[in-house]
Order: sequence, then C-alpha cells, then structure tokens
Amino acid sequence: MKPAFSVIFLTTLIGAAQGLFLALFTHQSYALFGLLPMQSDDFYGYGTAIAMVFLGGGLFAAVFHLGKPIYMVTRAWRGMTQWRTSWLSRELIALPAFMGIVFLYGVSHLAGFRPVLLTLPSGQPIDLSFVLGVVGTLLAFTLFVCTAMIYACLRFLREWYSPLTVINYILMGGSSGFILAAFYAASAAPDQADFFAGWAIIITVLAFAGRAASLVRNARLKPKSTMQTAIGVKHPTIVQRSMGAMGGTFNTREFFHGKSLVFMRVIKPTFLVMAFVLPLALLALGLFSPALLGVAFVIQYIGLMVERWFFFAQANHPQNLYYQTIG
Amino acid sequence: MTQLALVIDLNVCVGCHACVTSCKEWNTSGSAGPLCDENPYGQDPTGTFFNRVQTFEIGTYPNSETLHFPKSCLHCEDPPCVPVCPTGASYKRKQDGIVLVDYDKCIGCKYCTWACPYGAREIDEKAKVMKKCTLCVDRIYDMSMPEADRKPSCVKACPTSARLFGDIHDPESAVSLAIREEGGYALMPEWGTQPANHYLPRRKMKMKIHMDELERADNPLKVDGHLPKPAKGASSMDDASAW
Repeated sequence: MKPAFSVIFLTTLIGAAQGLFLALFTHQSYALFGLLPMQSDDFYGYGTAIAMVFLGGGLFAAVFHLGKPIYMVTRAWRGMTQWRTSWLSRELIALPAFMGIVFLYGVSHLAGFRPVLLTLPSGQPIDLSFVLGVVGTLLAFTLFVCTAMIYACLRFLREWYSPLTVINYILMGGSSGFILAAFYAASAAPDQADFFAGWAIIITVLAFAGRAASLVRNARLKPKSTMQTAIGVKHPTIVQRSMGAMGGTFNTREFFHGKSLVFMRVIKPTFLVMAFVLPLALLALGLFSPALLGVAFVIQYIGLMVERWFFFAQANHPQNLYYQTIG
Repeated sequence: MTQLALVIDLNVCVGCHACVTSCKEWNTSGSAGPLCDENPYGQDPTGTFFNRVQTFEIGTYPNSETLHFPKSCLHCEDPPCVPVCPTGASYKRKQDGIVLVDYDKCIGCKYCTWACPYGAREIDEKAKVMKKCTLCVDRIYDMSMPEADRKPSCVKACPTSARLFGDIHDPESAVSLAIREEGGYALMPEWGTQPANHYLPRRKMKMKIHMDELERADNPLKVDGHLPKPAKGASSMDDASAW
C-alpha cells in the first residue's frame, strides 16, 4: 500500500493524545486512592490541553484524507451513519466523542468545577472530573480499537488481519502518551515524573514486543491469492504482459509504495531503534536527567511515524497481482 | 432474487479493447458526469476506467499462450467494499444485485478500494469520488432504447461476443447456462466474495484423427494415391488392384 501522510499524522497524533489522557487520568486515579499525592487542577487541566492540541492536529490531518477538504463540511457527517458495519464510521463517531469528553475533563479541572457526585464506601469522593475521566478512558480505548480495526478487519490485507494490529495501536499510542506525560510532568510536577516514566518504560517494552511479534508473523505469511487464482488459470508460469494502461492508473498509484527492497530493509531497523530502543534508553536516563524525556518523546514520535509508514507499505494488496507490468 | 452479471468468455476474447473504449465513451457522456482523464495526449496518460483488458502470457515460449483478460467490477454477491463504506455511498441494489456508488455521498476516502481484492474501483482524480462499473445501469433499464440495446455498453461492443449479460440467479438464462455448461468460474474464490461475474476458461478444440481416416483402406478410384501392389498370390482387399 502507499502510505498516506494524512493517516500517518492522524494515527500517531491521536495515539499520543489518547496515551497522554490515559496517563493523566491514571495519575488522578492513583491519587484518589492515596497512592500518589493529588496534583493541582492546573496539572491535569493543562496536561489535558496538550492532549487537545494533539487531537486537533490529528483532526486537521484527517481533513486531508478526504477527497476534497470541503467534504469535511459538506459530507463528512454522513461518515457517522454506517456504524453498524464500518469501523471507519465507528472511528468517526469515537474521535469527536473522545475529543468532547477530554475537553470537558480539561475544563472541569481548569475551571475548578468538580462537584462531588458520590462518595465511595471507603470515603473517596467521586467528583465530576473523575466521572469524565472514566468515560474518557473507555472512549480512548474504543477509539484505539476503532482506529486499529479499520486495518485489522480487512481480511485480504493479511499483514494487518491480526489481533496484534489492535494490541500494537494501543501499546504504541500508550507508550507515546506516557512518555509525553513524563516530559510534561518533569516541568509541571517534577516529583511525579518518575511515575509516568516508569509506566512509559513498561508500556514501551510491551509495545516493542508486540510490534516485533507482528513483524515475525508478517515475515512468515504466505500469500493466499496467486496469479493462478487471480485469473483462474492453472499453470505454474503466468506472466503479465500488459495491465491495459500505459501511463499508470489509480491502482498502480494507491497500492504500491514504490520504494526499493533495500529501502524497506533499512526502514525496519530504523523504526525499531527510533520508536522503541532509543526511547527506552532515554527514559532510563531521563529518570536522572528530565530534559532527556523531551528528546525521548520527539525521537519516538518520528520513529512512530516511520513505523506507521512501514505498517502501510508492508501490506501487500492482492489487487497488485493484476498490476505488475505497464503496457 | 435477481443478480445481473457479465460472463466473459476467455476462449473468444481477442484483446481488442473495444469493451474498454465503448465503456469509457458511454460512461463519460452520461448524466453522472465525465470520467476524468489526465494528460490524455501527454506523456503519461492516465484516467478513470471501469473496465480494463489485461494480457497474460501463460507458460514459457515456445509452449506459451496469450490470454486476454477483461477486468471490471465483479458485482460480488457478498461485496467486501460495501460494509466498510463509512457514508453509505457504496451500496448493493436489492432488486438486481448491482454494486453502485452514490457520487453525491462519497467522501473519497478510498477505504472501499482497500477492501476490494480485485482492484475494481478507481478514484476520479478531478471529482475526487470513487467510481466503478455500473453495469450501465443508466442503459439497461432505459425504455426509450430498443430492447436489443438495453445491455451494457461493453457487451454491445464486443466483436466476438465474448461478453454475455444476464441474470445468474435465473437457471434458464444464457449466462447461467454458459456458467453451467462451459465451466464458468469466479476470480479469487479464496476470499468468499462470491463474484457475480464469471469467466469461461480457455478451451482447446481437439479432434482425434485415426490413420485410416487419413487414407481410405478401400480406395477404388485411387484418388488417395496408389496402394502398394501386393505380391502375386497375396490376398488383396479389392479385385481391381490385384493381379
């Protein structure tokens, strides 16, 4: 497949935002039960504002995935109508819903509007921001699942057709967001940075394992469709002599990444190092030198964009069997 | 239930591309707007087509044969492109099984093309919506046309009648008969999409000729050449050639 930059930006940006929101609310939950010192409303509020910036960036990138940007105004609402069958439609519902809840969660902290709704038997007050946080957490995971299932539900694209796709979207988004949270905490609440960095290390290790597992799985895939099933001729030697067009078609532009085998071989270790190995090393060092956490986030973000590029490029669409020879 | 479809006979397709050009001509001239082309007279001409004829070489020269292979939307009975559409622009008609795109609802996200294993859909690079074969839905129901013309444009254009059109759910239709009796098959059956369009395979017309059919054993008029003269006293099959 040809990776689309709009989707690379969309998935990495909202992944980081979802992870950051989950990190902030994880902290608030820990603090509610007295496991961590409760931070000021500003800490959660401004952290959520950062998440909103990333979500807004993702939404902006998504506009460019439409045929024409104006479709965002005139037609995109229709994209919410087919949620019964389409994971893309479900994502188009989950994304604004998540954005709305995250916005309200941030507002409830920044405005200090946190009326206690109920009190747990053990005495912890459950306020509005906590309820919004729980709903936001559910929506964050819903959004992860919707985004990943857009790819994981396509049975012809066997590189994607695996539960690992969903697991990895959750883990990589989580890793990105927790590293961002650690960097944010390093300046906003320095004594809490270790909590986020610790979780970031755990999630990044899991993401590394999940992505490595999917690479191993994909390396072993054997194509189900062959030249023989594509045109229905039982002969071991079939060569295309003409695809019926001289100047290329939509099918040659959309489904081939056009890069060399060497490039693909280089890009794989590149993203493994940038998205997992280097951030892990920097996170470990960041426990002592907080500025490195920012470097870790930026390097990992670039690494995740490269990872997403590879994710798309690696998928080999069966339609490519029909488009092998210009002529 | 009706399921309209094409049945394409690869045994008679000569790869002339008449179906491609007639399809383009009909579908670029209709009320749905043109099928855009880019650089039509330039170096790398490209454009939106509903139908392509591809050519494959089967085997290794000199024991090879050429297969011309027209490919358009197969109007799958279980179309994977339809449920993934977020806007409902892609749909399969209940009354005749044609898979269509509503150009006014499509947002051009191309997700349906990812979900089609056959590469049957092509985006219109100017209108920025997805387009695909309609089985000439604006033609086959047009009562202002003579009945003989109410067929897809490609079917009308084919000079060798390699393209049949009809209802594959009607067991008595010409297309059903062709699929049943000429070994019609579907493309990429491994995905369970149940394409409605079928292909008839290349079939070798073989005739077995025995030696006695080449030269008549009994040859009274010697029209096939003279038989060897039997030796004296040997028995012969006819009296004329005997001593």
